[in-house]
Amino acid sequence: MTTQTAEAGQSAYNFAYLDEQTKRMIRRAILKGLAVPGYQVPFASREMPMPYGWGTGGVQVSAATLTPEDCFKVIDQGADDTTNAVSIRKFFERTAQVETTTRTGEATVIQTRHRIPEEPLREDQVLVYQVPIPEPLRFLEPSEVETRKMHALEEYGLMHVKLYEDIARHGAISTAYAYPVKVEGRYVMDPSPIPKFDNPKLEMAAIQLFGAGREQRIYALPPYTQVVSLDFEDHPFDPSKAEHPCDLCGAEDSYLDEVITDDAGSRMFVCSDTDYCLARRDAGHEGAQGARA
Amino acid sequence: MSGKFFEEFSQDFSKNLWGAPQPLLQVEGLSKFYGARRGCADVSFDLWPGEVMGIVGESGSGKTTLLNCLAGHLAPDTGRVLFDTRAHGMQDTVTMSEPERRMLGRTDWAFVHQHASDGLRMNVSAGGNVGERLMAVGARNYGDIRERATDWLGRVEISGDRIDDRPTAFSGGMRQRLQIARNLVTGPRLVFMDEPTGGLDVSVQARLLDLLRGLVREMGLSAIIVTHDLAVVRLLADRLMVMKDGQVVENGLTDQVLDDPQHGYTQLLVSSVLQV
Repeated sequence: MTTQTAEAGQSAYNFAYLDEQTKRMIRRAILKGLAVPGYQVPFASREMPMPYGWGTGGVQVSAATLTPEDCFKVIDQGADDTTNAVSIRKFFERTAQVETTTRTGEATVIQTRHRIPEEPLREDQVLVYQVPIPEPLRFLEPSEVETRKMHALEEYGLMHVKLYEDIARHGAISTAYAYPVKVEGRYVMDPSPIPKFDNPKLEMAAIQLFGAGREQRIYALPPYTQVVSLDFEDHPFDPSKAEHPCDLCGAEDSYLDEVITDDAGSRMFVCSDTDYCLARRDAGHEGAQGARA
Repeated sequence: MSGKFFEEFSQDFSKNLWGAPQPLLQVEGLSKFYGARRGCADVSFDLWPGEVMGIVGESGSGKTTLLNCLAGHLAPDTGRVLFDTRAHGMQDTVTMSEPERRMLGRTDWAFVHQHASDGLRMNVSAGGNVGERLMAVGARNYGDIRERATDWLGRVEISGDRIDDRPTAFSGGMRQRLQIARNLVTGPRLVFMDEPTGGLDVSVQARLLDLLRGLVREMGLSAIIVTHDLAVVRLLADRLMVMKDGQVVENGLTDQVLDDPQHGYTQLLVSSVLQV
């Protein structure tokens, strides 16, 4: 087996940190996941130089996906400049010497946590999700043996029990993130903790890969896969967002973060996708508080 | 008079009573061993539509093992369990595929556990518990599900304003009634009950039995009730099977077995009941 060494002499790491055998193993799991959309493929998750919960699954999938020509972007809750995003971006800058970017349009591989970019993705892009708990039935049925059987036999009545409980208690489906979806009419899948506002975007042109490091599962959505959010006939799915335009760029169609700005209760709503917001402001759009210093 | 005579008589009786062309459940030579130990051995019987059969015996006599084998929770070592399915007529539930068996388990069959906490989702509201089987077979209209849940809670005498309470907030008797509602909501044809009144005080037991008797007659259910309480079978069961050491030692009409027990063990069992 040949070893791809990143810039001989400069780095002791194999290209993208993981050894080639591990990457092959992960690629096999990814291919299987793509062949059976929504099915959770077990894989031998490796220990990564970061704690569980920080995206060890996503990092392994990214490492197996990246090529030296790729341009890499990391999103953490929509932002490019938070700890998690910065450290993972630096990790691959150092171990794979790939080009990195914060621009959604320029990236070929995007690793994300909690968001799908507002800008529609293209067929030549790959979106990698960090997944904490891949099993959508986990909090309803604690037994892994039982949940696997339920997936195998398509027994998904329990998923609706959760939604029923939401309506009974809150008058509406109150699940706001990690909203369960059915893939190609077969597997019920946890789309990772993205807001349900992003659920309709799951039917997209890019390949979507989901990696759960601690739980050792990989699953995937091929381009243009049918993804339906579960609901009731009389309580249809509603991809809600804050009723407000972005205070910086004025966008009305993007998912917003509410930011508390002082102790007196002042607040502002800003795009959670920082790249989208910045691009709009560069293009001349301006929100209520968007005047630049 | 021999036991054989009664056996034939009781079968004829039930056939004539309900006028069904064939039994709902046919059990042939069912055995289950735990290693070298015998769970139950060579059990055969027919259960006719609308018939309630009681299985009595002391602890460890194989009653629950037999019930679990019949309901598909345990795989028997030998024997056949034929059930008259709606789609394909008589089918052996032991050899049918697991999806088919589990489908039966949530449509045509119901299983009432001794401890309601085994049969209920304790962290899901009463309405959700009753609605689960409906959603499992494809109900996707919240209003309909809630309406049917409310209806069923009423039928088991749980007031409608408790529909959003969790079973943890219910008394033992209410939990047991909720479990029954949850099981009967999809209109099953065969109900397995494992000590349905176990652990309840006598007045609650009496009400539950009254309720069960009403539901069984009203819906024309067939039922297999495992119990060690002879009063329960006296009230509910048409026919009785007495088990000892994993084998059936006597069976016949309930009144006949209880009033004129033939086997030594049955005589012991009947005479052991405390008179108040």
